Amino acid sequence: MQKIRRPSVKRSLRKYWDLYLILIPVVAYFVLFKFLPMYGLQIAFRDYKPRRGFWGSDWVGLKHFIRFFSTYTCWQIISNTLVLSLLTLFFTFPLPILLALILNEMRDGPCKKTVQTITYAPHFLSTVVVVGMITAFCSPSTGIVNTLIKAFGGDPIYFMAKAEWFRPLYVISEVWTNTGWDSIIFLSALSSVDVQMYEAAKIDGASRMKMLRWITLPSIMPTIAIMLILHCGRVMSIGFEKVFLLQTDLNIGVSEVISTFVYQQGIRSAQTSYATAVGLMNSVVNFILVITVNTISKRVSEVSLW
Amino acid sequence: MVKAGYRRRRIRLSAEDRVFGIVTYTLAILFMLVCAYPLIYVLSASVSNPALIVSGKIVLLPKGIQFRAYEAVFKSEDVLLGYRNAIFYAFAGTAINIVLTTAGAYVLSRPDLWGRTAITFLISFTMFFSGGMIPTYITIKNLGMINTVWAMLLPGAISATNLLIMRNFFTHSVPQEIIEAAYVDGCSNIGTLCRIVLPVSGSIIAVMVIFYFVGHWNAYFSAMIYLNDKKLYPLQVFLREILIQNQLGDMSGGADTVNQAEMTLLYEALKFAVITVATLPIMCVYPFLQRYFVKGVMIGSIKG
Repeated sequence: MQKIRRPSVKRSLRKYWDLYLILIPVVAYFVLFKFLPMYGLQIAFRDYKPRRGFWGSDWVGLKHFIRFFSTYTCWQIISNTLVLSLLTLFFTFPLPILLALILNEMRDGPCKKTVQTITYAPHFLSTVVVVGMITAFCSPSTGIVNTLIKAFGGDPIYFMAKAEWFRPLYVISEVWTNTGWDSIIFLSALSSVDVQMYEAAKIDGASRMKMLRWITLPSIMPTIAIMLILHCGRVMSIGFEKVFLLQTDLNIGVSEVISTFVYQQGIRSAQTSYATAVGLMNSVVNFILVITVNTISKRVSEVSLW
Repeated sequence: MVKAGYRRRRIRLSAEDRVFGIVTYTLAILFMLVCAYPLIYVLSASVSNPALIVSGKIVLLPKGIQFRAYEAVFKSEDVLLGYRNAIFYAFAGTAINIVLTTAGAYVLSRPDLWGRTAITFLISFTMFFSGGMIPTYITIKNLGMINTVWAMLLPGAISATNLLIMRNFFTHSVPQEIIEAAYVDGCSNIGTLCRIVLPVSGSIIAVMVIFYFVGHWNAYFSAMIYLNDKKLYPLQVFLREILIQNQLGDMSGGADTVNQAEMTLLYEALKFAVITVATLPIMCVYPFLQRYFVKGVMIGSIKG
């Protein structure tokens, strides 16, 4: 084994000067678009005035945080965020595993390939298109869903205008768009299961169901556990675009989540510092969640993100 | 034909295994149909007679085939403008993405480069903590990028995740010996990257191209918050107006009432035609890149 010496500055600069040169735009990108905004987070503790900049605005301490937690709607927004992401997790997590198991049991060939290609397809649609399709399909007068409801003798439902339909629509479309794509990671875990185990089981006369239960499932259990833990780390960070696009005045009571609230306050209503404070609170919670679940995962399974 | 006696036969399947096989294939086909049905419906409705859509006659296959919806879509200045802009953002944006991501990933994959651990750590940190929507918006505003094409190209110029995936590939899947050999032979580092490393990295570059390209093509959020000049809007913004806000823009038929009534009817097919036009390019390309992105997800899952 070659001993890795700690790189020295001088030697490294002489050997790699051209690489440092092409690293400059990369570093510049992260400084300008990632670290400068982090520096700007301090306006959560100030009253931001565009003319006075990040640094020059007046320091107000925790005023904006206190204001958020004293509003009537704050707990509603937090619980909307949590309920929506937990519901999504509950329904979107098991299906990709099931699909991966099914694909794994299929023989390689055009049939399997077709199933894969078609189930991956919805992942490539834009959020706007997906929400557009929901809107079109659920239209009370002309949508296919209501046509079918009417055909079976039911009354048409105005899905987009009913608050109680927001969560089902969101979750169903998430399942539809992501099940195929999310199965890839489990499928790749399944492909690394030792073939000899199946052969030994076959000789012992095990049925396919038994092999699935006693070989396949235990082999991908670690992957399932890690994915679940990682998803739990993201329960407070629900995507902005889809919620925003599905939002209407009629479902705002259940569809206002933290990210849409931040957008509404910060960009629409110019409550810059207030919105930054709410966003910062959310980022910190997310960060703590990720660190915590990662530590747990490291301890339990020796697998971690870094 | 091989004689029956010599035919290699598999071990006879037990009844239980046969049922298992049937259940597996049935479920697979069920998954496939559920995924495919909405897409087929969109395609069918886009070429059907709108009167039949309204009366609920279209369930799976198109009826009263006509292409008037597509004619209207391709006549719309808005859609064409959005299309041109989207193509520009997707190609220019992906080019910037690939150059910067490759450069960063390769530099940070050199084991004896001073400072690589610190820079990699800082880049990974941005994956878990960010300034958030508002400070990022203000930063971009302060940089003078609001309402310019740069707001669509630069703020997402590098994805930290993709950079780390690519760095993993360079560290684990490119034999380090050939890089050392090139160095010993007096090849410059950038020369090594371009002439030795990139030619064996086709698969990872294909993965990155498809990830970034799809990202740009489908991007809606950055256009919504950073742009307010209609001339710069990408397709997704016009799509939202047509599909979700029910605004037909320049396709509304103008002041003419007869035209308007006709347009209202045609709208039922037109929304599906717009979806098809916006989605078809990617739908036609991704199946050919499937084996690459499956690989990409796998490389991404390996710990670096």
